[in-house]
Amino acid sequence: MINALDSRSARVVSQPPTRLGSREDLRTIGEATVANPKISCRHVDVFYGDKQAIFDVSLDIGNKEVIAMIGPSGCGKSTFLRCLNRMNDTIEGCRVTGAITLDGQNIYDEKQDVVPLRAQVGIVFQKPNPFPKSIWDNVAYGPKIHGLAETKAELEEIVETALQKAGLWEEVKDRLHQPGTGLSGGQQQRLCIARTIAVSPEVILMDEPCSALDPIATAKIEDLIDELRTQYSIVIVTHSMQQAARVSQRTAYFHLGYLIEVGRTQQIFTTPRHRLTEDYITGRFG
Amino acid sequence: MTPTTLFFLLCGLSLVAYAIGRRRALATGAASGGLKRLHSRPTYYGLLAALWCAIPALIVFAAWQAFETPLITELVVAELPESIRSLPESRLGLVVNDIRNLVAGNIVAGDIDPAMRQAAARYRSLQATSHAALAVIVLSVGGAGAFWVRQRISVRLRARNQVEAVINWGLIFCATLAIFVTIGIVMSVLYESIRFFQAVPVTEFLFGLKWSPQVAIRADQVGSSGAFGAVPVFAGTALISAIAMLVAVPIGLMSAIYLSEYAGRRFRAVAKPLIEILAGIPTVVYGYFAALTVAPFIRDNGALLGLDVSSESALAAGLVMGVMIIPFVSSLSDDVINAVPQALRDGAYGLGATRSETIRHVVIPAALPGIVGGVLLAVSRAIGETMIVVMAAGLAANLTANPLQAVTTVTVQIVTLLVGDQEFDSPKTLAAFALGLLLFVVTLILNLIALYVVRKYREQYE
Repeated sequence: MINALDSRSARVVSQPPTRLGSREDLRTIGEATVANPKISCRHVDVFYGDKQAIFDVSLDIGNKEVIAMIGPSGCGKSTFLRCLNRMNDTIEGCRVTGAITLDGQNIYDEKQDVVPLRAQVGIVFQKPNPFPKSIWDNVAYGPKIHGLAETKAELEEIVETALQKAGLWEEVKDRLHQPGTGLSGGQQQRLCIARTIAVSPEVILMDEPCSALDPIATAKIEDLIDELRTQYSIVIVTHSMQQAARVSQRTAYFHLGYLIEVGRTQQIFTTPRHRLTEDYITGRFG
Repeated sequence: MTPTTLFFLLCGLSLVAYAIGRRRALATGAASGGLKRLHSRPTYYGLLAALWCAIPALIVFAAWQAFETPLITELVVAELPESIRSLPESRLGLVVNDIRNLVAGNIVAGDIDPAMRQAAARYRSLQATSHAALAVIVLSVGGAGAFWVRQRISVRLRARNQVEAVINWGLIFCATLAIFVTIGIVMSVLYESIRFFQAVPVTEFLFGLKWSPQVAIRADQVGSSGAFGAVPVFAGTALISAIAMLVAVPIGLMSAIYLSEYAGRRFRAVAKPLIEILAGIPTVVYGYFAALTVAPFIRDNGALLGLDVSSESALAAGLVMGVMIIPFVSSLSDDVINAVPQALRDGAYGLGATRSETIRHVVIPAALPGIVGGVLLAVSRAIGETMIVVMAAGLAANLTANPLQAVTTVTVQIVTLLVGDQEFDSPKTLAAFALGLLLFVVTLILNLIALYVVRKYREQYE
């Protein structure tokens, strides 16, 4: 897999020379690969019908790290995120090429079943979307359909643990059987995170999880992400550069469907190597 | 001038009033420094003039139309010879009818005596005077209204607010009209039902197990004395509706689920209109399909299995009625399923739920209030359906739960009781209204339950 990347890179380099890191140059620079990755993507292209949304993205997601994806609107970060657990399957006319492997297993393989994949790679959406069920049922739903609990007591424990990990237990323990839709926006989002955690995923994808929330709820979710990092790999798409800087270890900058630069978060925000990255984080456009 | 010509003339006059009002407004605006100084757009001044021209004149017109005929009749009758005036009321009515027929130039039964001819001439002249007077009054009221508005037009006249107030009252009128018509229908059914219940006790009607509405009309007639127990009739309706729902709900719901969740866009674009065509087939056509195709088919196949199937079985009527109702269930369910936000589906898919789990656990519960509402609407439709059962269900009121036997329904009984020449003082005829009232009450209760269910679930889910 690594060899394939190298040969492809060699071919890219042999194209007409533009200065590496100049505004016209859309080749990825920085450390796109890591040792022992959880998810590894190679030469991923995504098409919506005839329109190409992602161009030749190669990126690794490390074990138990938080990687942030930033970039202007429409740059393909959400599209790329949704490739990682094949949520794009639900969109008609969406086509993904290239290789995405989870623990070395190609998730776009014909034999790959999306059901266990999505249990392994959970996702939290931009807008909180609790089911129209009780708080308890919302969290218990995933474990139930995957048969994770043999007894009612086990299920109770899974639900409680998930709510505790999501930092919601204290707030809802007395009203577990009230509808989840009755919670505040921030609580709903943490309920969605609890729901995702309850199926014990290995990777959690977050698609702008705080964009519909107020600053206090946002701070709570960010603290939560920091705690979850010890157990899960987390990929977060965000529009807030402060948020990316606060919660992530690595940051990837996307531009018009291209992955422009990847690196340590601190390096990206202090000494970006690509002109486009620099333009974006200094607020020249976005 | 006939009333119709007058009416169109009045419409024309309002158009003129509109033009005058608008021109006056434009002139007033220009004189006081630009159209912007006017309180409303010039159109509103025109509309105000037109409304003031048309509405008072129309009220006069309608009132005149309502009182004209009785008044003229009164006057003509007063001038008739004493010998005719002293006739009893019913005979006098016949004479008045003859006079009216003479006026209209229709053929009159019997010989025409000169007094009648004179009365007809008098009637005709009175009518002509009345029409002329009406024309003068209506047109002058209209003209006066328009002129009054024209005089009032100034930059400060709040024409828009006044026009909107009138429109507001118009909307209120339309909204209450439907309510009053409903009340009127209920009252008319109630009135006849009360007459029925004077002849037959309510308890016998509600709880009696025998329905045989034939009563002797003449004293010497050999016939049954009549039994008005509505239970077998309603049991028949319930049986046929239940069969219909057993067909329509699963098929309708499943097809809605397939169309909205599984089918490709192209298949959906073809299949949905095709299913809705079912709703456009006249019920008469369904009726003979049931009577001529389905019922013999069921009877013959039943005979092969050694079953005794009536040729007008409840099963045949119910099956065809179910097919008729499928598009109601599927179309309404399809709409509510499509209205479930994609975010909910994504949430379930994101947890690794399969498509069927997502549909069963997330989409259907979220769409349930709408689905229940659609199903109950379909039930009301099944209970009230007439044509299919008139043609395919029987007339004999059997109290049975066996779908292979003939049963009758409320609507069938109402039709048979009211078709042909009837006596309106016989409980046999009046029974139709009692049945109608009870049917109305039953569907009303069903609709109330539907509302309650929908509201309850909505509270829970949103």
